Amino acid sequence: MSCAMEKQNRKAWLYLLPAILFLGIFMVYPLLDVLIYSFEESYNFASQTYTDVGLYNFDYILHDPYFMQAVKNTFILVLITVPISTALALLISVGLSSIQKLRNLYQTIYFLPYVTNTLAVGLVFMILFKKTPYTDGLVNLMLSWFGGGGIDFIGGPYWAKMFVLSFYTIWVVLPFKILILTSALASVNRDYYNAAKVDGTTRTRIFFRITLPMISPTIFYLVITGFIGAFKAYSDAVALFGTNLNAAEMNTIVGYIYDMLYGDSGGYPSYASAAAIILFVIVLTITCINLLISKKNVHY
Amino acid sequence: MDLKRIEHNSRIKSRVLKAVLYILLSIWALMVLFPFYWMILTSVKSYGAYNSEYIPQLYTLHPTLQNYIDAFTAVPLAQYLLNTLIFTVITTAIMLFVTVLAAFGFARLNFRGKDLVFTLFLALMMIPTELVIITNFVTITEMDLRNSFAGLILPSVTSVFYIYLLRENFAQVPDNLYYAAKVDGTSDLKYLLRVLIPICRPTIVTITILKVIECWNSYVWPRLITDDEAYFLVSNGIQSIRENGFGRENIPAMMAAVVVISVPLIVLFLIFHKKIMEGVSRGGTKG
Amino acid sequence: MKVSLQHLTKKFSSRGKNQDDVIAVNDFNFEIPDGQLIGLLGPSGCGKSTTLNLLSGLLKPTSGRIFFGEDDVTDLPAENRGVGLVFQNYALYPHLTVRKNILFPLQNLKGAAKLSKEEMDQRALAAAKLVQIDGLMDRKPNELSGGQQQRVAIARALVKMPRILLLDEPLSNLDARLRLQTREEIHRIQKETKITTIFVTHDQEEAMSISDLIVVMKDGNIQQIGKPQEVYDDPVNLFVAAFLGTPPINVFRGEVRQELLCIGQDAVLPVKGVKDQPVFAAIRPEGFVLDEDGPLRCRLGRVEVMGRDTNVVSTHPAMQGESVRSIVPSDSEVKVNGGEVRFSLRPHKVYLFDAQTEARIRFEEA
Repeated sequence: MSCAMEKQNRKAWLYLLPAILFLGIFMVYPLLDVLIYSFEESYNFASQTYTDVGLYNFDYILHDPYFMQAVKNTFILVLITVPISTALALLISVGLSSIQKLRNLYQTIYFLPYVTNTLAVGLVFMILFKKTPYTDGLVNLMLSWFGGGGIDFIGGPYWAKMFVLSFYTIWVVLPFKILILTSALASVNRDYYNAAKVDGTTRTRIFFRITLPMISPTIFYLVITGFIGAFKAYSDAVALFGTNLNAAEMNTIVGYIYDMLYGDSGGYPSYASAAAIILFVIVLTITCINLLISKKNVHY
Repeated sequence: MDLKRIEHNSRIKSRVLKAVLYILLSIWALMVLFPFYWMILTSVKSYGAYNSEYIPQLYTLHPTLQNYIDAFTAVPLAQYLLNTLIFTVITTAIMLFVTVLAAFGFARLNFRGKDLVFTLFLALMMIPTELVIITNFVTITEMDLRNSFAGLILPSVTSVFYIYLLRENFAQVPDNLYYAAKVDGTSDLKYLLRVLIPICRPTIVTITILKVIECWNSYVWPRLITDDEAYFLVSNGIQSIRENGFGRENIPAMMAAVVVISVPLIVLFLIFHKKIMEGVSRGGTKG
Repeated sequence: MKVSLQHLTKKFSSRGKNQDDVIAVNDFNFEIPDGQLIGLLGPSGCGKSTTLNLLSGLLKPTSGRIFFGEDDVTDLPAENRGVGLVFQNYALYPHLTVRKNILFPLQNLKGAAKLSKEEMDQRALAAAKLVQIDGLMDRKPNELSGGQQQRVAIARALVKMPRILLLDEPLSNLDARLRLQTREEIHRIQKETKITTIFVTHDQEEAMSISDLIVVMKDGNIQQIGKPQEVYDDPVNLFVAAFLGTPPINVFRGEVRQELLCIGQDAVLPVKGVKDQPVFAAIRPEGFVLDEDGPLRCRLGRVEVMGRDTNVVSTHPAMQGESVRSIVPSDSEVKVNGGEVRFSLRPHKVYLFDAQTEARIRFEEA
């Protein structure tokens, strides 16, 4: 019996072995390592030496204007895109679930951005918004119909660039949110709506008093994952503004980490590690706050 | 009569609402589709025609495929596509192998320390890639695997979330099936291959699809680990086209490249759109 | 409120192209008098829930009219009909307390009908008292038992003082003991409020025990309407006879020869005024009388002593179905002769039906 258990044991570990190997080398070890890096001062890649241990790396990046710019950009992006994309996805999903004809077609279309390459489609957004000596671009053309226009959204003022970045981010994250919300809405028992209808409840009241509370767990889930995703924004920005995000004033925290690691300004894994840990702490804090709020407000 | 008026009003109200709803939904559909239209449109405009349009034209009467020829000849686009295909297929295959075995180990086999391992394992889901990518970069560099498929693939293989998803699915299969198979003298491996995998096929299809999408669009890791064009994936390729381009800023050719690298996934999506959307929503809500 | 249905029909278009439309409700005509408790009774798929949804306004009929009193409400949306509806699964809002659930319909009232906060609270409390859940007002639905949830659902339907009250399978989600209790409760509430109440059920006992009037349905067609006892005593066809009663009626293949009902080779009952023809003879369990010289000879299976009564279970080659179930008083002696038990029959518990149409054939008792 115990022999059979032994054998069973060994076999089980054998099944887990590949996963443990991969996770150990590329996840657990790096996790510990990054902590060490972040405290080792002036770590040198080539010689693998460092001069001292301490908080210098954190001190350095917190005084680096590029890092502060990246933090500011990231926070603005999060604060704009998370509420807007969630609200918009909610509106669209409610609309979708109250029609029958063409519903599948709309759903399929709305999901399309999910399967496209962020970098590639970002280029399309860039040429739509960009103003060059040859052309003002399509968006400026459309703005000129309403008496506006002439703004360079890609290489121009800060808020114009932030607008495009937010717009593109929302365009990219909506498909997932719409899909999740539509399936949450579909799983609400029709009887609740019928009961409300027989009782003469108005559409607005049905939405706020029944639909919203019923799908509140899903909404909170989307808000939390939305926050986490938005804090990690990077490729959208690269797609629109190119790899030199510092020059474009559009860098994000993740962008800063990669810049520190590699590229023209790279070669500083210690700084990158310190920035990565700060990002992790921010995300963790916000997630905890979200969870606390949702505990209070999600009804069941 | 009063009742007649109520009937009439409610009918008109619901019709107006329907119309407004369809208009709004169509507007968003247009917002989604327009960039795709624009990229295809631009990709068939000739270089000269595009650059002479101060006011962008919403259609073209002289479509050309020259840009596609440029995209494939002036930059190694075919190479990028091939690299991405190799990367996607191998990564997904290894991922499936590792994930299925690990999920089975957690779901079916009982061994000492299983709960502890699984808890630790779940904790790993919280770890953002940004945190571990730094060391991985150093590791791969030290192993001299930069600019190689091994360097691209190895750190991209594991996904804690997929193992978790599949384990949950495996655990839903009734124990009786396992005992029945044991009584019949079926080995664990055979049980996994003959019983569990067929039953849980939908989840396996789901994680395969999700991984393929993830691989096809991955940008950050390939960018860090490759600077030799021979190993560029499409995302890096498109970025390099954008920055170094065709010797001159050739937007129509760039758009042709964008169309070419977007098409595979879009075609895949149009064929399997039901499965993909089901899969994403299952994967999404369970996390 | 009197409710009348005129030529009410509901067709559902079928999904497949080559299939016919499903007629869930076929040309219903009946009138429900004011203040009564009506049971819509039939097996699943007979169209009873569809009828209920047509009454509530959640479904629109294909043709025909519905009147509440003198008002034609056929095209009126559900919210303007003033009906209270209790769902099979209760559909209580899980995130609201009992009090808020009951208040919910009142808060929808607009214009002249709008109530002050105090009035609403009073009405909600009155409704809660009526169904005896006034002690549970601050609980959430998932903290209540099935029976309590049912009461909350009824209170929520009653609180807006509906013109008619509709209940969809009100007892099906309850266990056997609660079912008995709740069924009395529904009866009491209906008698107290005097609101015309229509409920749907597939359980004939449930319908028989509390309804003032039952409507027996099958495949979208009304079979028979009447007081429970009348329908039981005088079914119009074999379906109704077989659907009502526990234990169920015993159906034999038989034949009428020279105004005598023959089952197998035995002439068991004189049936005056019936011409010679093959028939179904249906006999209620209480229609059998133990009789050593009785004409109906069955092979005894077993005797089940139930206390007040005794069930005699036997077999007969002409019986449609497993075994013949008869109920006799417990003090009667079951005499068996070579495994054979003999009965004579009570004529008013025996019904004849046409072997083809299954319609009732009436005969004069001798």
